[in-house]
Amino acid sequence: MTIVHGDIERQIMWNRLIAIVEEQAQTLLRTAFSPIVREAGDLSAGVFDAQGRMLAQAVTGTPGHVNSMAESVKHFIQHFGLGSMKPGDAYITNDPWMGTGHLNDFVVTTPCFYKGKLIGLFSCTSHIIDIGGIGFGPDGTDVFMEGLYIPFLKIFDEGRINDSLIAIIKANTRLPIDTIGDVYSLTACNDVGCRRLVEMMGEFQLDALDDLAAHICARSQAAVLSAIAKLPKGSWTNQMITDGYDDPITLAATTTISETGIHVDYAGTSAMASRGINVPLAYTTAYTVFGLSCIVAAQIPNNAGSLAPLTVSAPRSSILNAPKPAAVCARHIVGQMLPDVVFGCLAKAIPDKVPAEGTSCLWNLNVRGAVRAGADGNYGFTMAVTSNGGTGARPTANGLSATAYPSGVKGTPVEIAESIAPLIFWRKELREGSGGAGRTSGGDGQIIEIESGIDLPFELLAAFDRIDHPPRGRAGGLDGAPGVVAIKGGRILKGKGAQTINAGERLIVMTPGGGGLGDPAQRHK
Amino acid sequence: MKTQKHPSGSTKSARLAVDIGGTFTDIVLEVGVKRHTQKILTTPKAPESAVIEGTTQILAQSGVTFASIDAFVHGTTLATNAIIERKGAKTALIATDGFRDVLEIADEGRFDQYDINIVKTAPLVPRELRFTVPERMDVMGAIRRPLDESAVVALCQRLREEGVESVAVALIHCYANASHEQRIGDILSRLCPEISVTLSSEVCPEAREFERTSTAVANAYVRPLMSGYLLRLQAEMHKRGYTSPIHLMTSGGSLASLETAAKFPIRLVESGPAGGAILAGRLAKARGEDRILSFDMGGTTAKICLIDNGLPRTARAFEMDRQSRFMKGSGSPIRIPVIEMVEIGAGGGSIARVDALRRILVGPDSAGAEPGPACYNRGGAKPTVTDADLMLGKIDPENFAGGSIKLQSDLAHAAISEHIATPLQQDVQTAAYGVAEIVDENMSNAARVHAVERGAAVADRTMIAFGGAAPLHACRLAEKLGIQRIIIPVDAGVGSAIGFLEAPAAYELVRSRYMRLDALDPAVVSQLLDEMEREATMHCRSAAGEQTLTARKSVFMRYAGQGHEIAIALLGHLGDASGTATLRNDFEHEYAKLFSRHIPGAAIEIMSWMVHVSTAVASPCVIPKCTTELAAVPKGKRQVFDAYQGLSLEVPLYERLALKPGMRIVGPAVVVEAGTSTYVSSTFDAALDAEFALVLTAKSAAR
Repeated sequence: MTIVHGDIERQIMWNRLIAIVEEQAQTLLRTAFSPIVREAGDLSAGVFDAQGRMLAQAVTGTPGHVNSMAESVKHFIQHFGLGSMKPGDAYITNDPWMGTGHLNDFVVTTPCFYKGKLIGLFSCTSHIIDIGGIGFGPDGTDVFMEGLYIPFLKIFDEGRINDSLIAIIKANTRLPIDTIGDVYSLTACNDVGCRRLVEMMGEFQLDALDDLAAHICARSQAAVLSAIAKLPKGSWTNQMITDGYDDPITLAATTTISETGIHVDYAGTSAMASRGINVPLAYTTAYTVFGLSCIVAAQIPNNAGSLAPLTVSAPRSSILNAPKPAAVCARHIVGQMLPDVVFGCLAKAIPDKVPAEGTSCLWNLNVRGAVRAGADGNYGFTMAVTSNGGTGARPTANGLSATAYPSGVKGTPVEIAESIAPLIFWRKELREGSGGAGRTSGGDGQIIEIESGIDLPFELLAAFDRIDHPPRGRAGGLDGAPGVVAIKGGRILKGKGAQTINAGERLIVMTPGGGGLGDPAQRHK
Repeated sequence: MKTQKHPSGSTKSARLAVDIGGTFTDIVLEVGVKRHTQKILTTPKAPESAVIEGTTQILAQSGVTFASIDAFVHGTTLATNAIIERKGAKTALIATDGFRDVLEIADEGRFDQYDINIVKTAPLVPRELRFTVPERMDVMGAIRRPLDESAVVALCQRLREEGVESVAVALIHCYANASHEQRIGDILSRLCPEISVTLSSEVCPEAREFERTSTAVANAYVRPLMSGYLLRLQAEMHKRGYTSPIHLMTSGGSLASLETAAKFPIRLVESGPAGGAILAGRLAKARGEDRILSFDMGGTTAKICLIDNGLPRTARAFEMDRQSRFMKGSGSPIRIPVIEMVEIGAGGGSIARVDALRRILVGPDSAGAEPGPACYNRGGAKPTVTDADLMLGKIDPENFAGGSIKLQSDLAHAAISEHIATPLQQDVQTAAYGVAEIVDENMSNAARVHAVERGAAVADRTMIAFGGAAPLHACRLAEKLGIQRIIIPVDAGVGSAIGFLEAPAAYELVRSRYMRLDALDPAVVSQLLDEMEREATMHCRSAAGEQTLTARKSVFMRYAGQGHEIAIALLGHLGDASGTATLRNDFEHEYAKLFSRHIPGAAIEIMSWMVHVSTAVASPCVIPKCTTELAAVPKGKRQVFDAYQGLSLEVPLYERLALKPGMRIVGPAVVVEAGTSTYVSSTFDAALDAEFALVLTAKSAAR
């Protein structure tokens, strides 16, 4: 009887931790400045025990933060040492290798104290639209070109804000108001989480999270292992080619399912690229594990225990394990392809559970330009309009049209985009028939047309893929339509890199359709 | 039918309230101080039949005629059900060229990150009925492309050919300049007057094209059905001699005229829960309670609402028709004034199971009324919350729902044993405890998150619990939330309809008009607010008659660059610098309260303006305190599992109808009545107040 009561109470406390991190994430969403956070939900939040084990993570729009944030808290602990942490402290970094993969993600970690003792840490991350350098695009040749690099620093020291750091950040971004506002928003959401955890400790008469942490990790790990136990055992390989920056990239994977877990190894993958589409290993791991989780363990919450059986390796200096100081700004273009690469392996083991390839990488319209002739510099506005193509056909249903996968960020409303930047969106519509046919068909992409609203040129920092290599159909399903970036009635633009759209020209972007699944003759209605 | 002395009424007027629900139509007639109540089965094909039939019955039994009814307030879930069951009008959408698919592109998100098999809500208007016309406004309301009127004319023919009954017009940036939408409306009403037209600039003049289009389309979809129904009802009532206006309950908790309701029927969805919240507000005021958490738990869901000083909190948007297990994002956004509440899939019929992590999960899927919980013996084999409550001794199997359903304990035992106890290797009582405990924890988490998202505490609130399952769970929920006082009113089963009779007439209008606080032009603002006040007053006046109206104004503000606004009341004038300075102070104060600290020196912007015009609400008479104290006499004993102590206890059993004001009960105890039973846990005591409400007080807070 007692043991089970303990179990039920632990389950309740576990639910409570999940509720706490959801509230932490909501606070971040409601107070954020960057449109990509507040409109699109590009953020993450979680709670960790004093050993740095992640106990719960909010389900938000960014799988890329799944393991990367979990790892980053360990780095914070290692750097600052638990012994030196004080109530009122908050720490920050945007180190792509210690954080979440590029300089545009700020990670803030806050120690949480109860009765004078450190009981855990709250961490959160959100996407900063501009961190200086050459801007949010793939054109950099090393990380130093990509903007301000913040090592592990205190942003709050026992409640006092670090004015020097704030001044440095402010001086190094084209969007000082948004960026500083988001720093406040990140610290505030951790404070809210900590306050709630302290209340929980009192309510359940806990002094430490150790017992609960052990329970959460053990239960979750066992559940993932039992899901894996039902899968066939063995190794399966897959290769996928994507557009790359100058040359196409081969993403090669071997997925091995064993009694102890699933391991994905990326041996055979292309070497690092010359420009900013390289991926730090933490981010490679995050998207790989996300893809695995969707198929194998979708209902099991993320934490140190559930993530442990899912492991990833990639050869050093390959594009999936690019060391510092590689350029990594647009790492999502490659990283977001990894679930598809893994699905290609799993399709050989469990074909009736796995979708066809989709657009997969976000088709964000990163644009910038002047707001008035001769005013506020060349880049009076900088904006990332999140948008998506079609997802791959699913075994039981068609793919989803104009929907993010694997990323979960939301689209940006046109009426909001036009309130931020002097542009006119003349069109944003589904691209009919772009999904590959099949027994189930791929989701459709969309067609977007944009023109300057003020007779001035603007810049597109293109970071698109699936133009030369569209999403592939599977098992007889047809490929999705490739993406297109062009001037309407004029020249074709490059899929990657900064390009100018002149006044009076219309930028036309056609996002890819998802691949089809199965023979189109057996069309599933 | 039940008749009960209504305590606070004083005049002899006859007032009728009717709430049409999915299963039952609830009718309440107050004649002077007497209240009559009646439940009758809803007649979905012609809902007015049940209204007329039930009203005729209740009038006959109370000796009142249709002609002598002074007021009639009506609420209905017809609009909601039409959307959920996809039984609305054949509806078309007219959008700006290039924006045919706003409804379908939606927010480009997935409501469940890990489920690759999600199915998104199908749009109410399929692609072949989504049309576009050449035109374009910009963000400032300037015309970038003039409206091609010939395209609109050509479209009229097409709409007729397709047999379209209703049209929504939703153009980009129409909230900034509605002239193109209005022109389209004019052309349509001239060329195809038989088609109903909804303009998004009238139903929801706010930025964000998906939300606005979704709201306009939902309104258009239910409008022919609702206006047809309302006019038929009016005709039937008039035919029988009822001459006063009919008022409709809105989701915002206020009354609208029949004309306004027929034009904006989308404002009527969720009127039932709004009535419940209004009732809770009045009960609280009558008892001098100013901070309330209302807790309404029925068969399928639980709804929790915060009420301060008798006024339920309101919001500007909600999500309708969630397709997938109440998950956020799986429904359609509707931007209208609503009483803000959190609704979760936790009711008596919620199904319990054990997942791969050996965790007990409860809901949101429900066994409903058919097949119902296992213990109903109607073929349900899955264990539900009601089955767990029965196993824990909180429900009397002989006296459930007034004895109309005999509950079978052995079936509940078998269901819990098979689906919960066996997989967990536990005994049935422990498993039942787990089910009840999880559902209570789910509700308390939802309440806590709902409150903290709004910067409110819960522990210092009084809970008002109604709905069939709430009194069984109220104590445990209160224990988890630290709440020390619970009120369980009489007639809770028809609470929504009773609440209708207490609602003010009101109209609320929100309009997007962007402005920086430091560049605010008082002349522009006062012109805008005056216009809005005129429009809101016009709509409100049609429901308010000669009553005095008052206007409240608010500003939706945020730091420049943020995406979410907070509402700040506009108390004085904005004529000078001190007016804007006050507004800045009020904003920073509210911001810090919500999000722990404000941002020094940051610029502030205004996105939208709100005008709320309403009649005054008369304060209810404060009910007298009971001076007598009597010990209630139990009618028997029962074994009940007390979650707080983790023990099974033998507790006394009381009959609510036998209790008199002033009688006291020491917890733990069970109080049974026809509609439900109340579990007074070991940490609470209970007493009946002068209005026959059961008031539970934590022993730790005993006065």
